[in-house]
Amino acid sequence: MVNITKTFDVVLANNKICLDINYGEVLALLGENGSGKTTLMNMLSGIYAPDSGEIYVNGQHVSINNPADAFALHIGMIHQHFKLVDVMTAAENIILGLDEGKLVDLKNVRTRVKDFCDRYGFVVDPDKKVYDMSVSEKQTLEIVKQLYRGADILILDEPTAVLTPQETQKLFVVLRNMKADGKAVVIITHKLHEVMDISDRVVVLLKGNYVGELMTKDTNPQELTNMMVGRPTTLNIDRSEPKKLRKCLEVKNLSVKDIYGVMKLKDVNFTAYGGEVLGVAGISGSGQRELLESIAGLEKLEPGAEILYTPNKEGSQEINLADCSPIQIKNLGVSLAFVPEDRLGMGLVGNMDLAENMMLKSYQDGSGPMLDLKRPKVLAEKVVKDLEVLTPSIHTPVRRLSGGNIQKVLVGREIEQKPSLMMTAYAVRGLDINTSYTIYNLMDEQKQKGVAVIFVGEDLDVLLELCDRILVLCAGQVSGIVDARKTTKEEVGLLMTHLGQKEEA
Amino acid sequence: MTQAQIIALINSSVVFGTVILFGAVGEILTEKGGNLNLGVPGIMYMGGIAGLIGTFYYEKAAGANAVPIICILIAIICALIASFLSGLLFAFMTVTLRCNQNIMGLAFNIFAAGFANFYGGSLNKLAGGVGQINVLVTSKAFRSTIPALNGLGSIGKIFFSYGFLAYVAIALAILVRWFLNRTMVGLNLRAVGEDPAAADAVGIDVTKYKYLSTSIGAAISGLGGLYYVMDYQKGTWDSAGGVEGLGWLAVALVIFASWRPLRAIWGSYLFGVLSWLYFYISGLTRSSQEIFKMLPYIATLAVLIFVALQHKVENQPPKHLGLPYFREER
Repeated sequence: MVNITKTFDVVLANNKICLDINYGEVLALLGENGSGKTTLMNMLSGIYAPDSGEIYVNGQHVSINNPADAFALHIGMIHQHFKLVDVMTAAENIILGLDEGKLVDLKNVRTRVKDFCDRYGFVVDPDKKVYDMSVSEKQTLEIVKQLYRGADILILDEPTAVLTPQETQKLFVVLRNMKADGKAVVIITHKLHEVMDISDRVVVLLKGNYVGELMTKDTNPQELTNMMVGRPTTLNIDRSEPKKLRKCLEVKNLSVKDIYGVMKLKDVNFTAYGGEVLGVAGISGSGQRELLESIAGLEKLEPGAEILYTPNKEGSQEINLADCSPIQIKNLGVSLAFVPEDRLGMGLVGNMDLAENMMLKSYQDGSGPMLDLKRPKVLAEKVVKDLEVLTPSIHTPVRRLSGGNIQKVLVGREIEQKPSLMMTAYAVRGLDINTSYTIYNLMDEQKQKGVAVIFVGEDLDVLLELCDRILVLCAGQVSGIVDARKTTKEEVGLLMTHLGQKEEA
Repeated sequence: MTQAQIIALINSSVVFGTVILFGAVGEILTEKGGNLNLGVPGIMYMGGIAGLIGTFYYEKAAGANAVPIICILIAIICALIASFLSGLLFAFMTVTLRCNQNIMGLAFNIFAAGFANFYGGSLNKLAGGVGQINVLVTSKAFRSTIPALNGLGSIGKIFFSYGFLAYVAIALAILVRWFLNRTMVGLNLRAVGEDPAAADAVGIDVTKYKYLSTSIGAAISGLGGLYYVMDYQKGTWDSAGGVEGLGWLAVALVIFASWRPLRAIWGSYLFGVLSWLYFYISGLTRSSQEIFKMLPYIATLAVLIFVALQHKVENQPPKHLGLPYFREER
């Protein structure tokens, strides 16, 4: 790829980037969120078209205008959000788009899929429906789908983001097999240890610009971090020692069914203490969202559940929040901050400006029918100043801000209510490293103020560094609660996939 | 009910059902590609009026020498072209311009009703007055049956007393089912309706598939309008808007059949029976008749409730139904 440039509206996503991909090599494309890694690779796979620049494949100058062109050049990309049709079987997904004009022939597919499985060490059931598959099965299916189409250049966009450590190791074995088979593998990631583990060569991008290229064996994580952030940085989470632990929330026998009658949470029991960060780990969709929404009063609970809240006052009684609506919870005097995973869906209103979004939490407090416009404005200005939100003004619709700044607005608003319980779901998803660490440290600050923090996360390394205890969910059940200072990633990973009977701390 | 009454009920139900079966089969094809075209009533209007205009002028020009087979060809070609173009317009508005599909469908119905009734009224005027238009030769040709089979007593009456389009509708339903389930193009089309991003990523031309499924689907639906004019109305124009109600029933039938063409076949006849039942039950007053006329809609509601309780993914509408797709959207 030579001098590739791509802009979205006014944002320069890729600025004159040059990149070589070699057969028989694993290339890591490293950079923060928003540095343009995915955009660059999308131009190879035909999802976007470059504004300028040239692409050469095997020495031939080519133009890739759509995914079909990419297949013709044997380029296959596995997107972060899988491009699979849920109601179809694995085999149907594999042959989609091939051989128009022919009849569906699944028998032939089954034999060929089995060939690939034997060759690279996959397991794929061709007749399984995609909606019945786990995340890791879907990913395997995506890889097989690309190989079936004859991909020699395989691009994987953040493939490990949704995998457990064990599944990641399995994936890496497959990738090494493919490398040995002479295929070119590109892996997009921002996780340094994975770069060190799997890649032969690293290319670093920063804000759409090419920063540099290194052989993996000649570099170290610190050097890569500096290149990725653009200046020497030390990224540490200052985990304070928990003190003055105070029982804040006790959850007993919590079970939740979804609208299809499937158990999403089953007999969940745990206690959250003021002054500590309780991490929640688990494969995505193991009930994390339901857990937080139950506490926030947004789920219908199965009978028998108790959510006991102890107010931060001497001698006060426990209050049962089970089956209360969010308004009732508020009226009970419980100060609960909730940063949902869907920022613009549940957390903020995209088309409203910063000040108006501040009002969403206090809409009931005013007297009379007119809005109190002054207080939210003061609050918005305070949040912008305290958290260094980059915004043209507090009257900009939040939709126009970048992901990190949107999250800062949301977290800022929630912190400003002086909560006694703070719940966050995937608080750093899509944020750059610096903002992520700002958020982590904000969580720690809240903890030191005696707030009980429940932190649902996906990056195990972060959970281990930030939290005091980690609750691991597996298929809606608590498979263990471990001490974050003593446990290992492998132990948590194991708990994520197996229901153990571990209770500590 | 006497035997004769039961046969009469079945006959009128099949005629009624054939109109909505065309509408539903076309709409299933459209919706499997992810486009929710609520303009089925309007498309039926267009198909009907186009067929009528074409044959009216042919019969007028040919006079007594009008050849039935040419009448049929002209009617079908006119109906197919008009309804295909209607579908093409819908595809252009919703796929290329990414307009809201619901609004486009509803707006098209209003346009088509006005368009068709304007020309229907004009034809009446040309023919000499209100209700005067009548394409006798064409209508007779559409309604002609195979004489040998018609003589088989009540069996013949139940199965062989319809014009050929009634059998074409069944054949089309079976063909569409085969196409969707057995051909690669059908598989690709279903993928486009379920998850256009996934389809796009494997190199399927989403725009082309949506255009074609919507236009061809509309052409099939339009045949329902033609059948309504030529067979149900026996070659006259009804400006009371009867075809519009049947068009909506066709949309309901798609849901009733949970997007399965074979289910739509018996569903359409069931809708026909439910719609005509009031006529054959004695002792109904004008107001109690209306209760019976609600039956098809109640049946659709019942199916919706049943399907919702069943929670089977296969019975759900295509996942991306009614939504626009834009590749570079982030």
